[in-house]
Amino acid sequence: MELLLIKEGFPLLSFLIFLPLVGAVVLLFFHGQTFARLWALVVTGATAVSSIPLLTGFDSSSTKYQLAEAYLWIPRFHINYIVGVDGISILLVLLTTLIMPFCVLASWKYIQQRVAPFMFCLLVMETSMIGVFVALDFVLFYIFWEFMLIPMYLLIAVWGGPRKVYASIKFFLYTLAGSVLLLVAIIALYLRSGSFFIPEMMWQPYSLTFQVLVFLAFFLAFAIKVPMFPFHTWLPAAHVEAPTAGSVILASILLKMGTYGMLRFCLPITPDATFLLATPILWLSIAGIIYGGFTALAQQDMKKLIAYSSVGHMGFVTLGIFVLNIRGVEGAILQMINHGVTTGALFLLVGMIYERTHSRELALATGVGRYMPWFVTLLTFFSLSAFAFPGTNSFIGEFMVLAGTFQHNTALALAAIPGAVLAAAYMLRMLQKIVWGGTANPDQSYLTDLGVREVVVLTPFLVFVFWIGLGPQPFINLIHGSVHHLVEQLVNWQQNQQVASVLWH
Amino acid sequence: METLLVHADIVENSNLLLAVIIPLFGSLVVMTLRGNPNLREFVSSSASVLLFLMVLSFIPALKSGKTLVYPIFQLLPGLSITLRADGFSMIFALVASSLWIIAVFYSLGYMRAHDEPCQTRFNACFALAIFGAMGVAFSDNLLTLYLFYEIVSICTYPLVAHHQDEESYEGARKYIVYLTATAKFFLLPALIFIYVLSGTLDFPHNINTGIIPASSTEWVVIMLYVFCIFGFAKNGIMPFHHWLPGAMVAPTPVSALLHAVAVVKVGVFCTTRTMLYIFGVDLMDSLNLGIPTAYFVGFTIIAASMIALSKDNLKARLAYSTVSQLSYIILGVALLTPHAIEGGLIHIVNHAFAKITLFFCAGAIYIAAHKKCISEMSGLGRVMPFTFGAFAVASLSMIGAPPVAGFVSKWYLLIGSMEAHQVGILLILIASTVLNVGYFAPVTYKAFFGKPPEGEAVAGMKEAPLSMLIPLLIAATVSVIIGIYPNFMMQFVWMITG
Repeated sequence: MELLLIKEGFPLLSFLIFLPLVGAVVLLFFHGQTFARLWALVVTGATAVSSIPLLTGFDSSSTKYQLAEAYLWIPRFHINYIVGVDGISILLVLLTTLIMPFCVLASWKYIQQRVAPFMFCLLVMETSMIGVFVALDFVLFYIFWEFMLIPMYLLIAVWGGPRKVYASIKFFLYTLAGSVLLLVAIIALYLRSGSFFIPEMMWQPYSLTFQVLVFLAFFLAFAIKVPMFPFHTWLPAAHVEAPTAGSVILASILLKMGTYGMLRFCLPITPDATFLLATPILWLSIAGIIYGGFTALAQQDMKKLIAYSSVGHMGFVTLGIFVLNIRGVEGAILQMINHGVTTGALFLLVGMIYERTHSRELALATGVGRYMPWFVTLLTFFSLSAFAFPGTNSFIGEFMVLAGTFQHNTALALAAIPGAVLAAAYMLRMLQKIVWGGTANPDQSYLTDLGVREVVVLTPFLVFVFWIGLGPQPFINLIHGSVHHLVEQLVNWQQNQQVASVLWH
Repeated sequence: METLLVHADIVENSNLLLAVIIPLFGSLVVMTLRGNPNLREFVSSSASVLLFLMVLSFIPALKSGKTLVYPIFQLLPGLSITLRADGFSMIFALVASSLWIIAVFYSLGYMRAHDEPCQTRFNACFALAIFGAMGVAFSDNLLTLYLFYEIVSICTYPLVAHHQDEESYEGARKYIVYLTATAKFFLLPALIFIYVLSGTLDFPHNINTGIIPASSTEWVVIMLYVFCIFGFAKNGIMPFHHWLPGAMVAPTPVSALLHAVAVVKVGVFCTTRTMLYIFGVDLMDSLNLGIPTAYFVGFTIIAASMIALSKDNLKARLAYSTVSQLSYIILGVALLTPHAIEGGLIHIVNHAFAKITLFFCAGAIYIAAHKKCISEMSGLGRVMPFTFGAFAVASLSMIGAPPVAGFVSKWYLLIGSMEAHQVGILLILIASTVLNVGYFAPVTYKAFFGKPPEGEAVAGMKEAPLSMLIPLLIAATVSVIIGIYPNFMMQFVWMITG
């Protein structure tokens, strides 16, 4: 257990995990609409505020898992309750806790039916999402991972749009299919290493065949979650049908679990397989970037457009991870946060339009610039961020990922560039249509501009767009230690092992 | 010659930030003054005057051999948003800020005489474009340059699409597609790759060394160089020039300030800044990048002039003339001899004053006589003598005849091409001069000596309003003044070449 930096005293991480759950349980007994909204806001707000001490308690110079807690759970099977954060997970935990209050606010008017169960689902989601990012025991991780499925399924299936049944079942089946193999891999690893403690499974001399099998099982589960091309088809359906808060959670946090899984499990547990399979995965990422871009360009539905843009953006994240150098991985983590901020905000904005026009059709939202100046101003900033305009958060993320890629392989980096061009194309196309439209715009004069609540919801996102965009150093400092450690170990491993990575070179 | 600038004092000066922020702030204030046109115009014009004074205030420090810098944001090691004022910045900053003043008054007259809609948006975006241009002028590294370059692209879209009809949407679409796609496709990878190679994007303080390490692979450097040339498509080099004629659907003041001065000069400024300060004369020399570039843009010079000859629409002819003239600047710098570089860079100034005059005249003709085509302008010179007089003066500058400003650039360019022993370039310059005469002289000639079309009386027409006429006369006069006293602007060019 020398890998852990146990936190004495107040169990902060457990508090963050279980506070929303307790809040959710309360909602089982009180069903008032107003109460449910306020209560959910209070609970998510309190969780957000209590997550701030993570930053002060975190020592970015240490590569250990920090603020850790370890309790015996089922000793017979070596299953324990172990949680902790490192540079890879800390920002994701904060992203989760900070975004949840805004999901509640975004549902304030949008959700009019079954408010208490809706908020219940949101709170349960929060518990399981934080759990996934901090769990250091594989069984614990798997429980949170699977636990997430049900509330997310309900969010889409109960409060979703017209094709909610189709979308929610598709989401459920895809994710479940991935998870089953994940479970097999976990048990196989347990049988080899005799432990469910994740750090103890890392850097073990498993045979190459075993590693490849485990890697593929992991990869399938995570690639579906990311979603990587060609495992992405559940995403547009789920996004389109989900309520705004559901889309925001999906885009901002759920997708990150796939890439988080790759960083946490694939790289350190199966390093040889990673080296062996990195090249095809890199090209798969490129395919996703280009495919996502082209498909987004063709969309008439705003939510679909943003959903496909996510496929492209997440392609940049997997690209950064599998170039296996510090710049790339740091860029990838930063890009995860950026995508959470920017795409989350874009879904919020589309939700605001939807509340007014009751349509997600781009053609029906043309030319609203004249009547909703604040809306389009904010939309402009977030769209610019989405196509990595310099000075915004995505630029610095993409910059680092591409810098890492150039270091790794010039052709690969050049192949990713059309994705950046396409991003500009589809975002500017959407922006042009919404702000200006053409000569035959529908009558939009009935529209009202954003209210105070809506502007308040979007402002923090805007702050982060420019904060990360113009002063990314504090964020990079948080993740640098762990990333450096991870990449260093990978390099050492490669030098010592030299297992046949010749297949692809 | 190196010693002068390598050891230049580098002084931090927060006024640089102010200079960039003045137009931004002006734009924000303008946005709030929708209901009060007079106050709005007052804000625009005071911002322009203030900006010009601010830019002037940097001159004494620069004259004493200092370089002003102001770091704003540090992103990564070697990657920051930082401002700088040196001789190179001043050439462009002085031109853009002084012409903004003239353009504010001109557009006031034009927009009101023409009763254009959405004048608040127009004024706000106009100021934002200047904000971008100032940022480009004062950028200290490639990232800052790229940031403001993109700001200019985005902020000028509303100006091109101003009329909101099919034609302007089409023009604006072409405009934004060309400019952002080339920037993303060429510039972004170049920027990142250069950062990976050099660990920084900061411009050095001389034009010789560049920042690309000597150990870099040759084909990589050549690729990066080509990317940088095409990435700044605002420079109008063929084949990425189509956006410029398309952008002529914008109201004439936009065409005048942006598509003769601010936007296109941003492109050329960025291109030449990158050539001299990222690659550097030494590297370009050793890899022999200069002469091929000169011939490549030479093609643009000739081809665009030929197209200009065939255009009857005055603004279209001016647009192609701009495409052609912009390449003079790049050609000069690409020759890499001191005189050629000086000639190229001073052409940023000379072309700006002449071309804005020409566009102002086109706008004045349109307002006064509602005519867009050259063939319809016969005899108009008799009723609009001042406008066509100014047009004639500016044409002479374009052609490169003494004593107007254009002569100075052509003089230096010719000397430079001889120094570089490039007879081909010399011939290109001469051919282009002849072509210039071919497409400018008939306009003036027909206006003064041609007969008005049958059944049309020019008697009732008169000059455009004074708020348009005075700015265009000032611009024409300045062209003559800097032709006779070129040293005021040349001093900044000499700061660069040492």
